[in-house]
Amino acid sequence: MIELIQQIIDGLGRGGIYALLALGIAVIFGVMHLINFAHGELITVSAYTSYWLFASGFNWWFIAPTVIVVAVLTAVIIEFVAFRWVRGAPDFTMLMTSFGVHFLVQALFVMYVSANFRQFPRPGWIFDTWRIGDLSLEVFDLAVIAATLVTLLGTYWLLQRTMFGVSLRAAAEDFDTARLMGIRSNRVIRGAFVLSGVLAGVAAIFWLMRSGQAGPTAGLNPMLKGVLAALIGGLGSLSGAVLGGITLGLVEVLLISRLPGGTAGLTDGIVFLLIALLFVFRPQGLITVRRVERV
Amino acid sequence: MLDIESLITRYGTITAVRDVALTVQAGEVVCLIGPNGAGKTTLLATIAGLLKPSAGRVTLDNKNVTGWAPDRMLRAGLALVPEHRRIFSDFTVRENLLVGGVTQPASRRQELLDEMVTLFPVLKERLSAQAGYLSGGEAQQLAIGRALMSDPAVLLMDEPSLGLAPVLVEQVFDLITRLRISGRTLFVVEQNAQRMLAVADRAYVMRSGEIVADGPAAQLAAREDLFETYLGQSGGNA
Ligand SMILES: Nc1ncnc2c1ncn2[C@@H]1O[C@H](COP(=O)(O)OP(=O)(O)OP(=O)(O)O)[C@@H](O)[C@H]1O
Ligand SMILES: [Mg+2]
Repeated sequence: MIELIQQIIDGLGRGGIYALLALGIAVIFGVMHLINFAHGELITVSAYTSYWLFASGFNWWFIAPTVIVVAVLTAVIIEFVAFRWVRGAPDFTMLMTSFGVHFLVQALFVMYVSANFRQFPRPGWIFDTWRIGDLSLEVFDLAVIAATLVTLLGTYWLLQRTMFGVSLRAAAEDFDTARLMGIRSNRVIRGAFVLSGVLAGVAAIFWLMRSGQAGPTAGLNPMLKGVLAALIGGLGSLSGAVLGGITLGLVEVLLISRLPGGTAGLTDGIVFLLIALLFVFRPQGLITVRRVERV
Repeated sequence: MLDIESLITRYGTITAVRDVALTVQAGEVVCLIGPNGAGKTTLLATIAGLLKPSAGRVTLDNKNVTGWAPDRMLRAGLALVPEHRRIFSDFTVRENLLVGGVTQPASRRQELLDEMVTLFPVLKERLSAQAGYLSGGEAQQLAIGRALMSDPAVLLMDEPSLGLAPVLVEQVFDLITRLRISGRTLFVVEQNAQRMLAVADRAYVMRSGEIVADGPAAQLAAREDLFETYLGQSGGNA
């Protein structure tokens, strides 16, 4: 029982990061119908930023907020340089564009920095644990859970209570009608990228605190987890993306701890198998994007 | 107020609007009638900026607004109630209205919202209801209310009575009459030709992308030949 509680907290820690990544991907998919395979590049750029800032003597207290700003800027620049030009193009064209950005950014780092991974220090408290009775809780997991909660609540407030949020949701439901209401395409899409950048930035902080390294492919794994989580949740559903992220994190942790010794490396394979099964039974993902029949 | 000159709109090689010219004066209720596939929706979508014309000119308030994007047209004072209403079904009724007022300052938006619930009392009780569950009549009122939230100088409506039960169709025409009395400028596409002609000042008849007749509504209503030839409704009472 104690063990299970610990695993659940561990899983929520992982899942929280996945949820933030998936939510950013779902927000972009909502307004543009683009599955953004370049989302991981926000993490890559954040990773190098952290590395360089550490090299210049800054610490995590400075680096963490900077990472968010850098992720937002990167998201806005990618939108402006690449996605703006294929807006309204067939979904496949946009998908290819996002792959293009993904490989281009990766290649730029290989060419102008190095193909090698570089290390930077992880925060000292990352392996600290708190003991409560028989429970030993990783401070890191608790920090991720708290940060995820705050970020998700903030995002919820933004989407439900502000005119920007209403515009974003309107554009996601029916883009042309949103434009007829006076919503500016450029603005709402840029806003979606800013939001996805903030979410990726918060995720990046914790991802990088744990990994402690920067490399051209640093964003690949977080991007894959984010896309997977968004697919599990049902692309286009924002709450689905969050649920998908949490589910993915929990399943991973529960699998790792249950697989017999030496087979933990199979976790990712088994996760993919489970996802394939999910899509056999629920092709629309966990949450169906419900469109009430128009009368 | 609104002037269209030699407007041409194409879908690839299909020309859906051919050399259309029309005028709507301030305070007028003008209607556009015509059979299915005549190009009425295409014409409205072009005026509102959803489609780019291949040629021609759109003038609003003496400003050349040809090819402006919909959000810019809205800010210039032209709103469209789209065909099939296009309510945001995941939204509450209140949120739908708020989106309609997205270009307004917050205080004015609240005022307009209050005006809309006075104009449409049914919406008042359903403000927090999910819009996807409204009945056809309620949804139509919401669609019109949402467009009015931008306080437009000209309101375009594409078949507001489409798919409504006869009682509700009457409600729509009552509403058009009320909007007319309050001095609104309206340009309305309607299938219920006779009913619409009874509340309009002037009318245009469109077929195969072209305007084939126009004149004062009462005069057109009396032309049996038009209904038989162009609208395929003898007597026009359908
Ligand atoms: N997206 C499109 N692509 C290609 N052709 C189209 C498209 N939309 C409409 N058309 C064609 O353009 C012509 C005009 O269509 P439009 O919808 O404007 O007519 P309408 O008068 O509004 O008809 P209805 O009374 O059925 O609403 C039709 O021949 C139609 O088939
Ligand atoms: Mg039509």
